[in-house]
Amino acid sequence: MTFFNGLKALALSAALLSSTAFAGEIVINSDHSDPAPKKAMEELIADFQKAHPDIKVKWNNFDHEGYKAAIRNFLTADAPDVAAWYAGNRMEPFVKAGLFADVSDVWTANGLNDQLKSAASSMTIDGKKWGVPYTYYQWGIYYRKDIFEKQGITPPKTWAELLAACEKLKAAGITPFTIGTKALWPTGGWFDYLNLRVNGYEFHMDLTSGKVPYTDPRVKAVFAKWAELVKPGYFVANHAAIDWQDAVPQMVQGKAAMYLMGNFAVATMKSGGLKEEQIGFLQFPQITPNLPVAEEAPTDTFHIPAKAKNKEDAKKFLAYVASPAAQSKMNATLGQLPVNSKAEKPQDVFLKQGFEMLSGAYALAQFYDRDANAEMAKAGMEGFQEFMVKPDKADAILERLEKIRQRVHK
Amino acid sequence: MSEAVSSSTGYWKKNQQRLAPWLFLAPGMAMFVIYVLFPIIESIWISFHDWDGLGDKVWIGLGNYVELMGDDSFYTSLKNNVLWLVLYLLSIPAGLAVALFLNQTVTGIRLYKSLFFFPFVISQVVVGLIFTWFYAPDFGLFSKLIENLTGQQIAILADERFVTYGIIVAGLWPQTAYCMILYLTGLNNINPEQVEAARMDGAKGIKLLWYVVLPQLAPATFIAMVVTVIGSLRCFDLVSIMTSGGPYGSSQVLSYFMYEQALSEYGFRMGYGAAIAVVLFLIMMIFITLFIVRMLMQERNS
Amino acid sequence: MFPTPIQKASPFAQTAYKVVLPLALVLWLLPLIGVAITSVRPASDLAAGNYFGIPSGFGGIENYTAVFRDSPIGLYILNSFKVTIPTVIGAVALSCLTGFALAVYKFRANLLLFFMFVAGNFIPFQILMVPVRDMTLKAGLYDTTLGLVLFHVAFQTGFCTLFMRNFIKGLPFALIESARVEGVSEWRIFRYIVLPLMRPAIAALSVLVFTFVWNDYFWATVLVQGQHAMPVTAGLYSLNGQWVAAWHLVSAGSIIAALPPVAMFFLMQKHFIAGLTLGATKG
Repeated sequence: MTFFNGLKALALSAALLSSTAFAGEIVINSDHSDPAPKKAMEELIADFQKAHPDIKVKWNNFDHEGYKAAIRNFLTADAPDVAAWYAGNRMEPFVKAGLFADVSDVWTANGLNDQLKSAASSMTIDGKKWGVPYTYYQWGIYYRKDIFEKQGITPPKTWAELLAACEKLKAAGITPFTIGTKALWPTGGWFDYLNLRVNGYEFHMDLTSGKVPYTDPRVKAVFAKWAELVKPGYFVANHAAIDWQDAVPQMVQGKAAMYLMGNFAVATMKSGGLKEEQIGFLQFPQITPNLPVAEEAPTDTFHIPAKAKNKEDAKKFLAYVASPAAQSKMNATLGQLPVNSKAEKPQDVFLKQGFEMLSGAYALAQFYDRDANAEMAKAGMEGFQEFMVKPDKADAILERLEKIRQRVHK
Repeated sequence: MSEAVSSSTGYWKKNQQRLAPWLFLAPGMAMFVIYVLFPIIESIWISFHDWDGLGDKVWIGLGNYVELMGDDSFYTSLKNNVLWLVLYLLSIPAGLAVALFLNQTVTGIRLYKSLFFFPFVISQVVVGLIFTWFYAPDFGLFSKLIENLTGQQIAILADERFVTYGIIVAGLWPQTAYCMILYLTGLNNINPEQVEAARMDGAKGIKLLWYVVLPQLAPATFIAMVVTVIGSLRCFDLVSIMTSGGPYGSSQVLSYFMYEQALSEYGFRMGYGAAIAVVLFLIMMIFITLFIVRMLMQERNS
Repeated sequence: MFPTPIQKASPFAQTAYKVVLPLALVLWLLPLIGVAITSVRPASDLAAGNYFGIPSGFGGIENYTAVFRDSPIGLYILNSFKVTIPTVIGAVALSCLTGFALAVYKFRANLLLFFMFVAGNFIPFQILMVPVRDMTLKAGLYDTTLGLVLFHVAFQTGFCTLFMRNFIKGLPFALIESARVEGVSEWRIFRYIVLPLMRPAIAALSVLVFTFVWNDYFWATVLVQGQHAMPVTAGLYSLNGQWVAAWHLVSAGSIIAALPPVAMFFLMQKHFIAGLTLGATKG
């Protein structure tokens, strides 16, 4: 078929034109599409080029949500030299499929085994390191300090105190929690924290790695706790219609008082009109007493695809991103925490609290959609969303999830 | 090609009539075979495999279809597809009504017709965004209206009871415009003598429409049926833009369900996706066959 | 004429019709008008909850500049043109040939081939998705505008062939026969006798294919992932993900994305409608 040969020839020339990196050029694909990450990335690349004038950087910036689907394509088809991704189980399929390169040598050559120790386990599979972490951030409950004061509420430390606070707020006509579940993942934060507090870190990890059935009584116990917030209407109505950013105005306008979110939400709250002194941060309250306290702290990472064309220079980039100086500067712009222990400690009031909280944590979970298998995560979070609308269907939802778990983890 | 044709050998001269159509058809057919026919066969083949798009395909026979039969999302999608199909057909009478309303000769009517047709020209992505905004709780125009009328806020796109209807309404908007333009053209070409003769006999209003006008509009109705049925089964864009199948999968349709299984961020189940596509294809084939049979009859008659 | 011309109705009905007409139009286009107004609202209006009132000022220039400055929408539009224009040329050119072949020659497989093209036109995209994506990947055309163009040309050829074939069938066949008697070669008959007569069909198809391909969203998400090749439909959706709650920007972006096909429609209205309503008049 001559047509097909023609197609191939065309393809070849197109491929040559499109993304082949010349020696001394690296291509970076990443998902830093929001304003702060975008700025941080631009600075990082500029500084890297100053330090390595002989290396040219070509950066492809992707939309944050679209990137998650795109990476599967470009790792197989048109691999860049460096790709942004996430730690933990979320990187496992790519490692298992041989799409990420082993970068253990970058760790040993730059003393990262020591400096990035806190994240080492989440970057290790089969005894090898598959990327470098550059940032992480805390999750927790952000609340309106002024509303709490006005209602005479002290930040709750236990589940009972939290329920009491919610009751009080609700009685005053304020919805206790805002949330937007349209993109599903904000529900994962709730499930994770409830599970971590009810059953603990080990159980949570067993569940997300598919070892425990979703119909286990311990999972049902998590949903029972959750129902104590859902059934009395402690979450904003119509949350399934809005994204997480759309849920912020409710809090800004004082219609809602609390938000379980990652630290990135602070920037959105401030740009929505809240002053720093109006926002408080509190650790997710205790539920089961005497359980070692684990926290949620997603780690973002850079990797070298196995099919990268310029691994030599890509490794220089990874080493640079891992360095204390680069991490200090980048995280100051991102408003997040550096992973490198030699990097400067954060000045920001929320980051300080987060840093303290995470330093004392028993263990760190990545996030439901990073710890669980991707397909399971999607089904799981869909189930969580449904539960938050129809709490009475808990058992049916869990049975459905169990069916999917059995298929995914056969 | 022109060279080959003009170089006149004896063989060519003799067989020109027989060979020429194949030469004319070759480039178009090659493209069509590579990009349409061959992929259909390959999809059917893939649907018998377990394949994540990265590793090797594993033959599992009817495994994907068996799983599909036990998959709740599949039935939700199927149910919604039927809803789409039935309600989407409303665009035909609606289009006819608008066409009748606009089929006048007053000043500026041409511009009115163009503007009524407008929604069809813009992309479904834009239509989807417009209606998402229209339905948005708290500030959407539609939600405000509902709130004023009933005193209650309804988030159409987050409520499993209404979400599919909400998306279908968004789809009806451009589709009605399409049907309208088909009928306007049809109305332009009806035989005025027949209508006048019927009027002489005292027929008017609905009766005149039903017995005299509509039969003459049959070709327009047929085309409207074809494009509406096809459109309703293709409703991918709006579902993707407005809800991504949510909340919790309740606005899922086969075309989006397939895409989500095969290509979304949460998984590359190419084999399972292909199986869904085959089911959708078979449903569509029923309609395609009906259309083709009718067109074939027309060909025979002309 | 049906319905009865309004001029024959009572003066009251005539006035009523003239009043109802613009009202109906406004109601019909209400969502669109809302978006257009939102796109010229200053950002402060939205923050203050002024979604429907009279805009506090004209923020149109600011919003539209913001869209072009802060997002790659200019690039997306360019990509859309890079996909659409070659597709129009390719699909129309191929279908002139196929349409001619199926309309003019009698051979056994004629109807079979014709209906193959027609049926191909109606099949769900999903049945093609996995193999076409795979093929495009293997050919190295994934994430390029060329990859999209090749697919669109192939797919649109189905519809265009149906159109062209029916159009040529309507031409006087005597022209072709008399040329054949004079010994004119088949290619010359096509090139110098039939093709000049096909101008209206070519115009109509060009506008239609332009609109279809410009508005395509599905293939843009399946065959393209990066900004460098992304057409405006898919680009707009990804911008929507970034502009959450910034409806003045989403609206402005939507208007920008809708503009080229709308302009095309108004410029070539006659051809557009002629193309779309082919077959709606004759039995």
